[in-house]
Amino acid sequence: MKTKKVSAVLATALALALTASACGDSDDGDGDNNNKNGKKAAADAALESIVNPSSKKGGTVTFEHSDVPDSLDPGNNYYGWVQNFSRLYGRSLVSFKPAAGAEGLELVPDLAESLGQPSADAKTWTYKLRKGVKFEDGTEVTSKDVKYAVERSNFAPEALSNGPTYFKAYLEGGDKYKGPYKDKNPEGIASIQTPDDHTIVFKLAKPFADFDYLATFNQTMPVPRAKDKGAAYVQNIVSSGPYKFESYNEGRSAVLVRNDQWDKSTDPIRPALPDRIEIKFKVNPTTVDQHLLNDRITVDAAGTGVQSKNQPKVLKASEKDQTDNPYAGALSYLAISTKVAPFDNIECRKAVQYAVDKASVQQALGGDTKGDVASTMLPPSVNGYAKFDMYATDGNKGDEAKAKEHLAACKQPNGFTTNLSARADRPDEIAMATAIKASLEKVGIKAEIKQFPSGKYFTNFAGNPSYVHEHKLGLMMTAWGADWPTGFGFLDQIVNGAAIKPSGGNNIQELDDPKVNQGLSDGIGMTDAAERTKKWGEVDKLVMETASAVPLIYRKNLLYRPDSAANVTVTQAYLGMYDYLLISTNKN
Amino acid sequence: MTAYLIRRLFAAMMLLLVVSAVTFAIFFLVPRLGGQSIDELAVQYVGKDANPDSVAAVKKNLGLDQPLIVQYYDFIKAIFVGAEYKFGPDASKCDAPCFGYSFRSHIEVWPEITQRIPVTLSLAVGAAVLWVISGVTIGVVSALKRGSFIDRLAMAVALLGVSLPIFFTGLLGLALFTSQWPIWESVDYIPITEDPGEWFWNLIIPWCSLAFLYSALYARLTRAGMLETMGEDYIRTARAKGLRESKVVVKHGLRAALTPIVTIFGMDFGLLVGGAIITEQVFSLQGMGAYAVQAVKDSDLPIVMGVTLVAAFFIVFCNLIVDLLYAAIDPRVRYS
Repeated sequence: MKTKKVSAVLATALALALTASACGDSDDGDGDNNNKNGKKAAADAALESIVNPSSKKGGTVTFEHSDVPDSLDPGNNYYGWVQNFSRLYGRSLVSFKPAAGAEGLELVPDLAESLGQPSADAKTWTYKLRKGVKFEDGTEVTSKDVKYAVERSNFAPEALSNGPTYFKAYLEGGDKYKGPYKDKNPEGIASIQTPDDHTIVFKLAKPFADFDYLATFNQTMPVPRAKDKGAAYVQNIVSSGPYKFESYNEGRSAVLVRNDQWDKSTDPIRPALPDRIEIKFKVNPTTVDQHLLNDRITVDAAGTGVQSKNQPKVLKASEKDQTDNPYAGALSYLAISTKVAPFDNIECRKAVQYAVDKASVQQALGGDTKGDVASTMLPPSVNGYAKFDMYATDGNKGDEAKAKEHLAACKQPNGFTTNLSARADRPDEIAMATAIKASLEKVGIKAEIKQFPSGKYFTNFAGNPSYVHEHKLGLMMTAWGADWPTGFGFLDQIVNGAAIKPSGGNNIQELDDPKVNQGLSDGIGMTDAAERTKKWGEVDKLVMETASAVPLIYRKNLLYRPDSAANVTVTQAYLGMYDYLLISTNKN
Repeated sequence: MTAYLIRRLFAAMMLLLVVSAVTFAIFFLVPRLGGQSIDELAVQYVGKDANPDSVAAVKKNLGLDQPLIVQYYDFIKAIFVGAEYKFGPDASKCDAPCFGYSFRSHIEVWPEITQRIPVTLSLAVGAAVLWVISGVTIGVVSALKRGSFIDRLAMAVALLGVSLPIFFTGLLGLALFTSQWPIWESVDYIPITEDPGEWFWNLIIPWCSLAFLYSALYARLTRAGMLETMGEDYIRTARAKGLRESKVVVKHGLRAALTPIVTIFGMDFGLLVGGAIITEQVFSLQGMGAYAVQAVKDSDLPIVMGVTLVAAFFIVFCNLIVDLLYAAIDPRVRYS
């Protein structure tokens, strides 16, 4: 009894202490979150503007992350935040404009002088490199270093297997080349040509008009062949950007300092204000949030925002002005298997489209800070998004009458039973699945929720068609974010018939619709950017016509910007996190 | 004595071998018995973009396509004679003791372990000094003043310490002393070789949190032991001989009560050096415990094996020391 009381007292003390720390005054130092005109920045200010603009050089920008990166090696990672972060120490051929709002989705040449010059068929892409760009050891960056970087990142999975392999998939002869570690011929792959030190030509096997987006991947950041130690390169990365590694501790931390070989005149996009950048990994997530609120660190590197349990704390009036609630570039959706009865009948799929109460799904997830109700596959922050709602219902609450009409047309007027899969270790997903189950029940569809571990969700369960057929997973919860922010980058992996794989695929609804497939391949052959972008909205409509996926929520993050963080803006190009090229600090 | 030592060391080696075999079996054999194919095992070491090519390459390069017994033999062999691996343009040599390369990052495991041991060791040693001194002192005082207010208070605090988990006291400590009254900026590990003052200063909260947990147990154990020995005949004899009370308590009472304390200390300390898992997580210290958790999460077998063996080594080693200490503490124990 005694101890219980004491624990209670202590618990109260802890709660008080945490709250006190959360609303601790932020008036120390000159780092107020003001715009230049002295106005306090409001909530969501960093969505459309650069908050706390500053041209002050110096100081240390500090990052913390509750986990580890897949790798900081530009040739061996897939995480969006590493793509964003690695631009501090590497220069890709093309990058995204460090700017606020929609401008942040624009492509700008980085290591290249201009965007790629495509051939008329969009199969040959030529880039001219800027002159005078140097590695940290003073040697000039050449096109061969870019070629080598692409080769090692795409063709050496025995050592560097973390990254995407789009270059391998699109380059001519990409399926044959064994990679620079096995194939010792210094000529490398024939379909990347380097006619001179400042020209690089990519020859593709099929038209691919989004190639400039591939060129933004940090896989095109130059790597000098002589310095490449394979997997161990991460311990001695050679910088081509404004910062170089002072130290690197695997899985623990890294420190970046100014690279004196970087020349501002060759680099129009990097302000490079801070003198030093520190990043720590595996910091307790509670501590990360606390450090943000106490203004001890500049950014939470993960860029996925404040933890759910701490969100009420930052949404209080006193803190809300320092939060941003951007789209995370991802969509949560309910995939409907086109191969599991009775969903092989489109009418049954349409019944689900109308039956799902999306408003209740949003509630289950935690309300509108977690995301907006979705009606399209493409989230609003992706190039090519077009607004439409093919299965509109009143207040997004679902329409039982219409659902029943379609059930009748599907010859299942009394409903049926099916299975609904979700990832057991994702409470958000389980909550949404539970809400969906409830709304389906109202029209007579009884869905039993089946939970699977997320690590094997795509390899062994929902992404494994033979398992799906055998165990009748008619409905599957899933989420998707694009590898590059265009309609093609978003849709190709999840709706193209060619993306159906025996295991590990993401087209889990097994949609193989000729019109959709054709739309995708037509679009990606269009070199006119405006036309191409328009095409994605049309493809999105074609996908919705198949009724094979119910868009649920355009996911959002709740980011927090500490007082001392300057030049803060959200970049949609990197899943709605802050732009790490711009960010600097008011602290010394 | 020498023969005894050799016997013990040999037994310790055998024990470590068994530990390694069991660990290996848990992480490699059990999943296979559970019906996982080699490809399914290999796919978890490939990134998000796993395709048949990359899975095959990874499988081959990690040796997963070899029979289990060969994989185990290679691992053990590498510890003694080193090995060669190829995760890049050229093969690299991994010198003995070689615990292999991480399945995920392909970074050599042993240097990573040696960089993390000082963190855990710092945490364990500091906390141990604190809890032994405070625990034993409180226990002795409580026993001598049995039933007094001090005794009751000490035992109540001890009960509290035992009942409160480290993820509570640790977080409370952090909240109070880095936020509410920011005496500390934050808790960072600074190597003792870099700045002994900062090393000490930064570890105070983790030490105190850990010591609070352990000293409680030690206080209760000491108290119980002291109560028992102080009632023994030889204590009365010692007093009758006219020895000073302090001498009676320390030399005759405490010394006899110490044997069980030393035993449990050996276990606790060894375990802690092997990885203060929760404490390291709470304070974001990058020691063996945090490393082990990450490795298990990633099924990064070479790291799991390495950390387990090093942890087991510390436990075996500490127990050996404890057994040798018995002889020093208790005149009745002699080794031959």
